[in-house]
Amino acid sequence: MATTAHLTLDEMRRGLGWRKQVDKLFVIVGLLIMIGCLGILAYLFLDLVHDGAQRFGWKFFANFPSRKAENAGILSPAVGTALIMVVTALVSLPVGVAAAIYLEEYAPKNWFTGIIEINVTNLAGVPSIVYGLLALGLFVYQFGLGQSILTAGLTLALLILPIVIVATRESLRAVPKAIREAAYGLGATRWEVTKDHVLPYSTGGILTGLILGLSRAIGETAPIITIGALAFIAFLPPSPFTETFPFLSFEWLKSEFTAMPIQMFNWVSRPDQAFQSNAAAAGAVLLGMTLLMNTVAIVIRYRFRKRINW
Amino acid sequence: MGRSQALNSRGAFTLLTYRKTRDRIVEFVLMLAGMVAVFTTVAIVFILLKESAAFFEHVTIREFLTGRQWTPLFADAHYGIMPLVAGTLTVTGVALAVAIPLGTIIAIYLSEFAPPRLRETVKPILELLGAVPTVVYGYFALLIVTPLLQKLMPELSGFNMLSPGLVIGVMIVPYVASLSEDAMRAVPRYMREGSYAMGATKYQTALGVVVPGAFSGIAAAYILGISRAIGETMVVAIAAGMQPNLSFNPTEPSQTITAYIVQVSLGDLPHGGIGYQSIFAAGLVLMLMTLVFNVLGFFLTRRFREAY
Repeated sequence: MATTAHLTLDEMRRGLGWRKQVDKLFVIVGLLIMIGCLGILAYLFLDLVHDGAQRFGWKFFANFPSRKAENAGILSPAVGTALIMVVTALVSLPVGVAAAIYLEEYAPKNWFTGIIEINVTNLAGVPSIVYGLLALGLFVYQFGLGQSILTAGLTLALLILPIVIVATRESLRAVPKAIREAAYGLGATRWEVTKDHVLPYSTGGILTGLILGLSRAIGETAPIITIGALAFIAFLPPSPFTETFPFLSFEWLKSEFTAMPIQMFNWVSRPDQAFQSNAAAAGAVLLGMTLLMNTVAIVIRYRFRKRINW
Repeated sequence: MGRSQALNSRGAFTLLTYRKTRDRIVEFVLMLAGMVAVFTTVAIVFILLKESAAFFEHVTIREFLTGRQWTPLFADAHYGIMPLVAGTLTVTGVALAVAIPLGTIIAIYLSEFAPPRLRETVKPILELLGAVPTVVYGYFALLIVTPLLQKLMPELSGFNMLSPGLVIGVMIVPYVASLSEDAMRAVPRYMREGSYAMGATKYQTALGVVVPGAFSGIAAAYILGISRAIGETMVVAIAAGMQPNLSFNPTEPSQTITAYIVQVSLGDLPHGGIGYQSIFAAGLVLMLMTLVFNVLGFFLTRRFREAY
């Protein structure tokens, strides 16, 4: 940098003027690029909805996949996805919340805890198809669970476990220490403090984390393909509810299945042009569900934060 | 607690013992839940190694690493992994060439130049974009981007690496932008104010003070983008083709490691055959590539971490 003794006032003014122009240029470039990227994505999404529009109708939602594109619908994939999500939520919620509580409230700061924390971070970065390989080797064959809804649910639960754990930890951390210490001061044990005082305040954050995790799980294709979801399923898994006592059946867990993203993948991969609009329609449904769930999660998080005044 | 009568000291002692024991049991159960994360990693490593070991009983490591053809499912089988690695690296390269510049510029703009209202609107949109299912991006790549590119480059084949590469790039721009912006916002105000006090303009401050200060977080964002691009499955499975091709030319079709695993899973393979084992060997290579980048990123962030 030249020392001021060598620059005249005029030179300094010109230099500053030029640098301010660059500033303005940067703002324009940044804004353009941002609008460009968002615009490209908006165009792609709108094109998707447009391509699929001709398929939207009662037939699409109520039919099974079929060899004729006009008759092919998403009944079995939609039901399959819904059932898988039930299993995923029922597995990932308790395990994720419990792990987060342990890490946040109980774990001492030693190497053992560090290992757990490293693993949680690590697992968040593992490609989803590797979870599929794990499930194939372990759940399908080693444990003998077969290519079933149960396997798919367990795989996706493992996949979203880091999301649930991190979200739960954040919401636990947000509860002020004073609340815990007041409870301890009255003689509560650690679990009583957590169960009765910390967890109730964290439910919003936990719920948000679960919904975000499920919205990620809905769109995951690779792990479910690897464990063997088929794409031409023209039947529904057995219903969980039965006519006779005890009114609940677990047969559906062992059933073969298909899922929405698999169906879309199958339709997209066909050379037959007619199925492309089916794929687009399925994609639009998937997109809509994902956006809806994410918006709900964000709204819950926002309203929950507003209500709590420490 | 619903006790209306007072406890004598023995009753209080028993109750306390019960509560303490229950607490210890609960702590143990919670710890088991925490261990699930460790078990998962161990299980992944175990399964990959176990099946790959079986694979390498039939295939020498030398052929695996130096062979130029990958045809494990054919009668005349070759087991060179290089074509798949080349496919993965090319697609990742194209994706990063898009995502890193665009993502960083967007992050700098949002962090240093944009009015706060704009930033508050755009950040949730970026978050939402990160949640779109990847099959949808695959649809874009095959049915919208490839025809568009073919108008510009008529000799582009229907399956190629350029189209999924570009789409994956656009797909990970939200991640790179969002994380980089978080890193830049974490740079304390006083560093910027010192720069402004010296007469620097906004862009000089952004490039000269904020970006170097946030470098470790920005590098972490890049590493995350690389990991996502390497592990991306559906976009390449749909749009890049299923033919292994030892080439770094993006206009040609090729198969990535992830797409190969999908291809095999879609077919009918007997459990325990070499075809089945080959997907685990491919998965192992994938994990090693991801690991290499993560370790690189870890050391980069450690070395450049600024202490505020």
